[in-house]
Amino acid sequence: MSYVVERPKLTLSERLYFPSILKGLSITFGHLFRFVTGKGKVTMSYPEEKWDDSLPAHYRGAPTLVTDEQERERCVACQLCEFICPPRAITITPEEIPSDNKFAKVEKRPKAFEIDMIRCIYCGMCEEVCPEQAIYLRKDYANTGTTRAEMVHDKKRLYELGGVREGLVNKWNPLK
Amino acid sequence: MDWFFIISSGVKIAVITFGIILPLVALSSLAERKVSAFIQDRIGPNRVGIPMTLLGAKKDIPFFGLVQPLADGLKFILKEDFTPKHVRKFYFWLAPALVLVPALLTVGVIPFGSTMQLFGKQIPLVIADLNIGPLFVFAISSLGVYGIVLAGWASNSKYPFLGGVRSSSQMISYEIALGLSVIPVLMIFGELNLGSIVQFQDKNGWLLLPLWGDGLSLQRWLLLVPLVISFIVFTVSIFAETNRMPFDLPECETELVAGYHTEYSSMKFALFFLGEYAAMIVGSGLIVTLFLGGWSIPFGDKIGLGYEAAQNTWWVGLLHLGCFLTKVVAFIFFFMWVRWTLPRFRFDQLMRLGWVFFFEIALFNVFLTALILMFVK
Repeated sequence: MSYVVERPKLTLSERLYFPSILKGLSITFGHLFRFVTGKGKVTMSYPEEKWDDSLPAHYRGAPTLVTDEQERERCVACQLCEFICPPRAITITPEEIPSDNKFAKVEKRPKAFEIDMIRCIYCGMCEEVCPEQAIYLRKDYANTGTTRAEMVHDKKRLYELGGVREGLVNKWNPLK
Repeated sequence: MDWFFIISSGVKIAVITFGIILPLVALSSLAERKVSAFIQDRIGPNRVGIPMTLLGAKKDIPFFGLVQPLADGLKFILKEDFTPKHVRKFYFWLAPALVLVPALLTVGVIPFGSTMQLFGKQIPLVIADLNIGPLFVFAISSLGVYGIVLAGWASNSKYPFLGGVRSSSQMISYEIALGLSVIPVLMIFGELNLGSIVQFQDKNGWLLLPLWGDGLSLQRWLLLVPLVISFIVFTVSIFAETNRMPFDLPECETELVAGYHTEYSSMKFALFFLGEYAAMIVGSGLIVTLFLGGWSIPFGDKIGLGYEAAQNTWWVGLLHLGCFLTKVVAFIFFFMWVRWTLPRFRFDQLMRLGWVFFFEIALFNVFLTALILMFVK
C-alpha cells in the first residue's frame, strides 16, 4: 500500500530563509567563541599530552612476561598461549632447567619467547589462558620500530617490560 | 605622465600585490582551516613553525602554525606537475592563469587607503584611480569564468566539464543581480570613482552607518531600506561569483569529485586556489568600499582622523590603510563563517534564487531608491 509523506509546514520565518541562516550562524559562532575562550576544547595534543594517567586498570597494552618475588621466571613454557594466540604472534622454544639450578623442580622454562608485535592484536587471550600467571598485558601502547625485526619482542625485552609481579592475582574476580 | 608617477605606480603594484594580496591569500588559506577547526571544536593546524631541530636545536618553535602556508606552498612546488594525456594541452595550461589574472587585475582599482604624503607629494593608495571603478571590476572579474570554463572543457573528462558548465551558468545568472544591486549605490553617489565614493562616505557617514555629516538627514535614513536590500543581494551575489559556499557548485566534492580542477595538480592547482582566494579578497574589498566606508575610520571626520585633501599626513594614510585591511579581514572571516555554517544549495534552488528572487528584488530596489531620491530631500 502506498502512503503519502506529508511535507512539513514551514513557518514564515523559515520560508524567508534569512532568519534560519542567522540562527545557523549564531550556532557556529557560539562553537567558535567557546573554543577560542578555551571551554570547548576536547582534543588532546598527543605527544605533549598523554592519557596514561587515566588509562583504566584493565587496559590491554603490550603483552609482557613477569618474574616472581624470587626472580624466578613464572613461565614454565607450557605453550598454551602459543596455541591460543589467534594471530599466532607468540613463538616459544622450551628447554629443560638444568638440575644444578635452584629452580630445578620447576623442570621447564622458555629458551626463547618471542611475541611479534606486528601480529599481536592485543586480545588478552594469552593472559587469560596462562595457568602460571606469567604473561600480562601492560599499559604500553606506543610500540613502534623502524624494522620488522625491531617489532619482535624477545624474551629479554618482555621481562624488561614486565618486571616483577608479587603475589597471585585472582583472575576471575571482576575487580581483579 | 612624469617619472614620479610611473615609479610610484610600480612601487604600489609591487607592494599591494606581493605585500598585501598574496600574503592575505596565504594567511586566509590558513585562517580558513583554523576557522573551520574552531567552528567544529577542533584545533586545526598548529604544528608547522620554525624547524629549529633542523639547525641542531632541541625544540621547534611552533608559532601557532603560522608557517603552514609556506609549507603548503613548498608542497605545491615540489609535487609532480602532471598533465594527463587526454587533455587539450594549450587550454589546459592557459586556464589557471585566466583564473588568477582577472582576480589580481581587479585589485588595481580598489582604494586601499586615502593618500600618503611622501617626498612632498600626495600619493593615493590605489594603483589606478579610474573613473569607472565598479564597472572595471565587473568587466574584468567576469572574465574569470573563462578560466573555469576552459579548465572544464580542456580537461576533456566528465566531472570538470560539468563543473565548468555549472560555473558559467551560475556566473551569468548572478552577474545580473550583482550589476543591478549596485545601481542604487551608484545613484546615491552619482559617480563611479571608488576613491571619491570612499571620500564621500568619510565625510558623510558610511552608506550602512549614516551617523555623521550629511548622513543624519531623513533622506539617508530612508535610503537605508533599499541599501540594506542592495547590500544583501550584492553580498550573496559576490558569494556566488567567487564560487564560495553555499554556492560552490562548480567544484562540489560530493557530486563532481573536485569540479573543474579535478585533473589539475601541483602549481596549476595552486593557481586556481590563489585565484579563488584573491577573488574573495577583492570581493570583500569591493563590498567594504561601496557599503562600509572603505578606508574611512568611523567618525574619523569628527575626531580629526578623516581625509583632508592636499594635507593628508603619512600616518593618517597608514591608519586608513589599516582600517581598510581590518574591515576586509573581518569580511573574509564572514565568508569563512558562512562557508562552515551553510550546506550547499541544489542547482535548481540556486538558479531559482538568482533569477526569480534576486533579479526582481534588485530591479524593484532601483525604482525604490529613485523614488526616495526624488521625493525626499
